Amino acid sequence: MNTSASPLPDYRAQSPAVAARFAKLKERPVVLTVENLTRRFTKADGTETTAIENINFVTHRREFVCILGPSGCGKSTLIRLLAGLDTPTSGRLLLDGKEVHGPGPERGMVFQGYTLFPWKTVTQNVMFGPIMRGTDSDEARREALQWIELVGLSKFADAYPNQLSGGMKQRVAIARALANNPRILLMDEPFGALDAQTRAQMQKHLLQIWKNVDVTILFITHDLDEAIYLADRILVLKANPGRVDELIEVPVPRPRSPEQFFSAEFLATRARLDALIHPPQPASALSDAIATENLPIIRLTQSGDDVE
Amino acid sequence: MSVSPPWFAIQQPLASRRRLLLGIVSFVLPLLIWCAVSYTPFIWHPMVRVENPGGVSWFRPGLLVERAVFAAENEKALAASQPAATGKRANPVFLPEPHKVAQAFYTAFTTEPKLRGDVWLHESLWRSIQTIFWGFLISCIIGIPLGILCGAYAFWSRIGEPVIDFIRYMPAPAFGALAVAVLGINDAPKIAIIFIGTFFQQVLVVANTIRRTDPALLEAAQTLGCRGFRLVLHVIVPSKLAELYTDTRILLGWAWTYLIVAEVVGVSSGITFFINQQAKYRNFENVYAAIIMIGLLGLATDQILAFIGKRLFPWETQRPSRIRAFITRLFSSRRTPLTASPRPPLSSTATSPEARS
Repeated sequence: MNTSASPLPDYRAQSPAVAARFAKLKERPVVLTVENLTRRFTKADGTETTAIENINFVTHRREFVCILGPSGCGKSTLIRLLAGLDTPTSGRLLLDGKEVHGPGPERGMVFQGYTLFPWKTVTQNVMFGPIMRGTDSDEARREALQWIELVGLSKFADAYPNQLSGGMKQRVAIARALANNPRILLMDEPFGALDAQTRAQMQKHLLQIWKNVDVTILFITHDLDEAIYLADRILVLKANPGRVDELIEVPVPRPRSPEQFFSAEFLATRARLDALIHPPQPASALSDAIATENLPIIRLTQSGDDVE
Repeated sequence: MSVSPPWFAIQQPLASRRRLLLGIVSFVLPLLIWCAVSYTPFIWHPMVRVENPGGVSWFRPGLLVERAVFAAENEKALAASQPAATGKRANPVFLPEPHKVAQAFYTAFTTEPKLRGDVWLHESLWRSIQTIFWGFLISCIIGIPLGILCGAYAFWSRIGEPVIDFIRYMPAPAFGALAVAVLGINDAPKIAIIFIGTFFQQVLVVANTIRRTDPALLEAAQTLGCRGFRLVLHVIVPSKLAELYTDTRILLGWAWTYLIVAEVVGVSSGITFFINQQAKYRNFENVYAAIIMIGLLGLATDQILAFIGKRLFPWETQRPSRIRAFITRLFSSRRTPLTASPRPPLSSTATSPEARS
């Protein structure tokens, strides 16, 4: 796997500080246990497809896990199963050692499409969970305003979601999920719809929130840099059917900052992820890949009118 | 603002002044056509109003005869060396001039009923409004909750909708005789007809609207600990409230169309009775006035409901409305805060949430 000419260190090599951190992390109690989770779908024509198969992993308290994989590897299926929005064909899901079925407030979820309630103001959106729990309205409002302050939206507490930008909406969604004091926060490509700059800002925000709140985060992404920047450990899935390919312990020390994007540990991890997600093409698929990379386009411009 | 967009641009909104102008034109245009037909003697005017009967024995001043008949009678009179009748070209009695209809708006209210037992126009109108109100109200009270259940639960949908769909195709007036037999001849059968006309449509329309609830919102609510019937109350209904309101507005229009049919069931009553009675007396300006009044009543109700709707669902309109801002200011200046608000409302859209939900 390692190219001999590469000056990069092994992605598995951890500095003593990082190794100590991981040792401490693994001593913490397990929050989520996934045992042999499998989900098969029956298609309209009666054939079965396996979306994910025999997924096993555990997350410890206050760990930040990213789930990474090529498209079609069942990332979204997995997180929907964890959230209880879908039922597994087989396998078990344990939260704090107890088996869970169906959705519940102890597993908060942040969706890519924001899914804020458009008829509620920011405060009312964040109050939703506590109200459902039976908290009285004044208390829920007080709590909600604290969460809104945490995500830096106090000025917009009385705005409606359609008055907010994408990044702000997603911050409200995070606050809304956290207001339930979930044991685990599931995030399904939450920043996928944001522009690059907002996205970088949101990643920073999320790390700050995670640092200050007692919550375990499970974060789905298809962006390699995002995964390395955020995660303690990265669960890499492979497609058809979705299975665990590797569980990578990110050797990049914390606290993280965007400058680390060019550190040796970061680049080494990135190279490994790249190899896993975009494996070298076998010879048979090679001609196909070339065909898609260079489009068979005929020249439609005048000669001499060249752009590169 | 210096360059105004073109009048004809596909799917582009017009400036508010232009929208208002075109709205006025849409009313003025048919009125102009009506005026043109009424006041220019050479457009249409297939009749002659006799002024001086001359030598035609059966002509009377003010009589309306067809132009061909008038010419033929005059020829006969001249042949018999009698003086020819004179007259002016006129429209048939069923097309009164606009100014007469305009007058009728006033006189219809002041004309005393011709027969004992007939009613004044305002009484007729009031009775019609009551009929509509009760028919539509009962339909809403039963239809909207039923529609919500059918839209939210496949169970209720499958047990309710097929038969409702079947009944929907039966024209409401067909139940007229039955309604009279069951409910008597007064207002009850009329209310029943309006109910039958709107209820079955209402259930299906409401169910369809509810079914279009964004599933992502439901999933989000579930991950926040909302489940069971609370999902219907806290997510499905509020997320579709604005659309349900619009549905109801449209269905109120249906109710008005059933009014005319309903009012001839049993003892004819209300505005329909007035129209029929006036047509019998050949007071067509009153007939027109009454028909236009129904239109105006419907339009006014709809506009008022639309106006209220904008105030009820502030999240639907992104632009802050000036009227809304004004009303909010009006109330917020007098209101003593019930709950200690931690900070002043950000915008005009911040109205009390409890009032809506």
